[in-house]
Amino acid sequence: MIESHLPAYIALTFVLFSLLIPAFGIWRNELSQPIAVLGSGIAAALSLYGFIDYLNDGAIRYYFGGWEPPVGIEFVYDGLSGFFVLVINVVAFFVLIHSYHIGNREFPGKEMPYYTLAMLMMLGFNGMILTGDLFNLYVFLEISSLSGYALLSIGNKPAPYAAFRYLIIGTLGGTLYLLGVGFLYTVTGTLNIIDMSAMLPQLFDNHAVFVALILMIVGIGVKAALFPLHGWLPDAYTYASSSSTALIAPIGTKVAAYILFRIVLWLFGIELTDAIAPLLTIIGVLAAIGILYGSIMAIAQSELKRMLAYSSISQIGYIIMGLSLANPWGFAGALLHVLNHAVMKACLFMVSGQLRLKEGHSDISRFDDSYRKKYPWTMAAFTISAISMVGLPPLAGFFSKWYLVLGTIDNSNWLFLAVILISSLLNAVYFFRIIEKVYMKNPVSGQKEASDATRDEAPWSMIIPTSVFAIGLIVIGFANAIIVTILLGIYPL
Amino acid sequence: MTLTYIPLLAILVSLAAVIPIMLSSKKPNLREFWTILAGVIKFGLVLTLLPGAIEGRSVELHLMDLAPGIPLALNADPLGVFFALIASGLWIFTSFYSIGYVRGAGEHKQTRYFASFAICLSATIGIAFSANLVTFILFYEMLTIATYPLVIHNEKKEAIHAGRKYLAFTLTAGLLLVAASALVYHYTGSVEFTPGGLFQGLELPHTSMLVIFILFLGAVGVKAGIMPIHGWLPAAMAAPTPVSALLHAVAVVKSGVFAVIRVVGYVFGTDVLGAYGLNDILIVLAGSTIILASLIAFAQDNLKRRLAYSTVGHLSYIVLGVALLTPLGMQGGIMHIAAHATMKITLFFCAGAIYVNLHRTEISNLNGIAKVMPWTMAAFTVGSLGLAGVPPINGFFSKWYLALGSLEGDMLIPMFILIISGLMNAGYFFPIIHRAYFKKGEGLEGYGEASPLMVVPLVLTAILSILFGIFPNLFFGLFDLANSIAISLF
Amino acid sequence: MVDFFVGHYAYWFTIILLCIGLYGILFKKNLVKKTIGLAIVQASVVLFFVSIASKTGDATVTVRDANLPVDQVANYLNPLPHTLMLTAIVVGVATLGVAFTLLIAIYNRYDTLDEKELIDKIQ
Repeated sequence: MIESHLPAYIALTFVLFSLLIPAFGIWRNELSQPIAVLGSGIAAALSLYGFIDYLNDGAIRYYFGGWEPPVGIEFVYDGLSGFFVLVINVVAFFVLIHSYHIGNREFPGKEMPYYTLAMLMMLGFNGMILTGDLFNLYVFLEISSLSGYALLSIGNKPAPYAAFRYLIIGTLGGTLYLLGVGFLYTVTGTLNIIDMSAMLPQLFDNHAVFVALILMIVGIGVKAALFPLHGWLPDAYTYASSSSTALIAPIGTKVAAYILFRIVLWLFGIELTDAIAPLLTIIGVLAAIGILYGSIMAIAQSELKRMLAYSSISQIGYIIMGLSLANPWGFAGALLHVLNHAVMKACLFMVSGQLRLKEGHSDISRFDDSYRKKYPWTMAAFTISAISMVGLPPLAGFFSKWYLVLGTIDNSNWLFLAVILISSLLNAVYFFRIIEKVYMKNPVSGQKEASDATRDEAPWSMIIPTSVFAIGLIVIGFANAIIVTILLGIYPL
Repeated sequence: MTLTYIPLLAILVSLAAVIPIMLSSKKPNLREFWTILAGVIKFGLVLTLLPGAIEGRSVELHLMDLAPGIPLALNADPLGVFFALIASGLWIFTSFYSIGYVRGAGEHKQTRYFASFAICLSATIGIAFSANLVTFILFYEMLTIATYPLVIHNEKKEAIHAGRKYLAFTLTAGLLLVAASALVYHYTGSVEFTPGGLFQGLELPHTSMLVIFILFLGAVGVKAGIMPIHGWLPAAMAAPTPVSALLHAVAVVKSGVFAVIRVVGYVFGTDVLGAYGLNDILIVLAGSTIILASLIAFAQDNLKRRLAYSTVGHLSYIVLGVALLTPLGMQGGIMHIAAHATMKITLFFCAGAIYVNLHRTEISNLNGIAKVMPWTMAAFTVGSLGLAGVPPINGFFSKWYLALGSLEGDMLIPMFILIISGLMNAGYFFPIIHRAYFKKGEGLEGYGEASPLMVVPLVLTAILSILFGIFPNLFFGLFDLANSIAISLF
Repeated sequence: MVDFFVGHYAYWFTIILLCIGLYGILFKKNLVKKTIGLAIVQASVVLFFVSIASKTGDATVTVRDANLPVDQVANYLNPLPHTLMLTAIVVGVATLGVAFTLLIAIYNRYDTLDEKELIDKIQ
């Protein structure tokens, strides 16, 4: 019973809880966060159940109101959407647990609207992933975006401005996407993804279809921070509150990447995408530039959150590069990296939130080795995530790079191979810099002895999520063969 | 079969010791007990694999899949057992020596030191027993990460810069290894270490093979100290001497040359390598490294740096032996792994003892110390003579076989390089001995030998070097083992 | 050639409006003007969709049912784009709402809505 309605239940959970939170929150503000955690927990459990069900029984197509496509709107729970839904809901669950103390400090008294917006945003993300209708996707895109803009505007003084800039360019992107959908509708007469994918191969050299594809890629590329449409990301992530960033950073760009996967691999297919112009190559090159650009800029940063923001631009580049390779290894590597990066980045942003909570700042030049004594668990989680980002086995980050490397070799794309290797080195530079600062006495400045500092670790509700993610990276690393076998099975071609 | 899990246990035993070590940080004697215990158990476990290895048998173990089709697999084959034996055996000596050193020098963060050492040894045994390239990468990188805290132990400016240099070199090497392994997987469909190589029957274009080989060279050459990518080794002398002794004379650098043997014999295959003429590159690089390193060693006044460059040179003896692609040369190279290990560790132990005892690091300061540290200098003499190739120390034996390998391959230049290098070794070691014994020392009143915890191990390793030189098969049948490994690769 | 312009004038309107909106977003310094530009862009897309709803001749009416007499199908416009655009307009309104809230917040914090001054103040 649950299985057939599952896609709707996941979205419904978030709708329900986005109503429950104001209901209870007006009465008692402190209830907002626990209810939000409960809601995302239910959604995460449903996602897990659904994915296991998918592995056993296959995809679920849920028709809203009983109207069959192409007349009605449907939710499609297949391997790709099931995987993404699982990743984002589990990550969101832990981040919401973690946000309790940050809320107290960074937006006291405003928990009710904050968590309502968080629920709405998760609704939007889940809807985007699950829907099988292009216009419905636009609606959910806007739902998630608008709540996202609002969430990102809570934070430091420049936060509303950063959120406004994101709003302008994000809405522009969404509108371009909508225009693309309009072109496709004009040509095919349907909005249903599965339906349209059957029609498109016959429209091989139709220019409207080609332009639609470009519009959609550009539009979604804004959301995915594809170079050169990434300009909104550093400011938006830096100035927002720590838990907003921790919620949006691991999830937002991934969902946009999902849409790109869906459009390029499922809706259009590789031959059609490359029919008139080598779009996949162009996307791949842009992704490669983004990888290098993000890594280089990250090295230049002195503030932890901004460094992580540029690092995110770099990492999403890996995923899109994996897409552009259009072969099974690249696909598996990209999807595995979706999982890995979501976990790693969530952990890193949560750690930065903990440091801000305890120290009042996350300025790298002011890190010193008293952190090692004061926050052992926090810095341990940071170190594990950092080593995974650099890509050292047996942590998860190594394996997604391994499969991407195999993918580039399959295409004889030596340039991309070099980009992946060089960027791993660059990652090592900016992460080891912090590890050096935290674990070792600074020999030049001769600060106070670290042993003076006493343990002042962050509260349990913050340690547990970061530790779970850190351990999760080790587990994913060892279990990646199982995961990748599933992912290879999802590959549509 | 109960024997199957021993390779895994051998790796895990020192990992398991890390938690007790960290928990007993307040009780140094208990903490050191864990280290010694782990070392003895590890050595014992490897020892049980030795009889089978001499007969040419391997012990395989497949753990979970690391990637679809590529398992985390261990294979305690004869070469692996050989390397594991040396590493684990010498660790016991180093542990005792470490205790004496860190206590004598009053080093800080001793718990981090011993814990990192334990992890390093796990990684080294893991490298020895890796059955395929991906498992190998895992343990190779683990070794890099585990040795980093040891390199930067002093946390002084010099140590931190050495650490950065070390990471820069080794992480790049790791990435090249990933690229090379992926290419091998792409072309051959497998990453298993197979005697005779994976490329049998494949007719790949010369450029592809060359590229893959260069990538591998870059990857393993860093740890194997091949010039010009050897730069981290002299810088890493900023680490405490036991670290230099075990890791940089035995574990890390020998992992590098071990990797060279794996690449030459078990990934490419000796006949394939010869057919493409790729070993010529290796011969040229190794030969020039030997000569250049020996020359640079002359110019060093810091004792440890001179030893570092000597190590670079001797590592290339092994690489040269392997590159000759003859059974005798390969055997000589493998034997030199053991020989150089015992001799070099003796020399480093002596350097550490001199530092802790007399606080002297520069060679020009070592006048007359043989009077106050007779045992240390005696051991130093033995090690130096061995490295220069003087019988009956085991260094002579391995060099002899290297020269034989050169003749077997109808190549005279390597033999000449070996002879010249032997003379150069003498040239940069004997002045030290001369100074210690025959020059008048200053400020040596009231000093005696270093603590027994340091002196006993170094005397023992020196004696071992002599014993193995006279009876190469003593205790462990190392000669026969090296022989059978070499033959199995041709 | 003439037909290229006249026959597709709906598309030309869309493009011109889109460009006007883009011009507003990119080149105007005042944040309110940028928002107006955004609204114009969204309006252009709405117009595009509405324009494609017109059809000549018979066309697909998605539901044919005896209980819903639809005769002379050719006289009816395609209703779907119109309904989609109702949603899109609502989305546009919500976007403007959020945008103006953010503008109020920015103004409260920085006392200006000019982009140049804002960037100076933030640095």
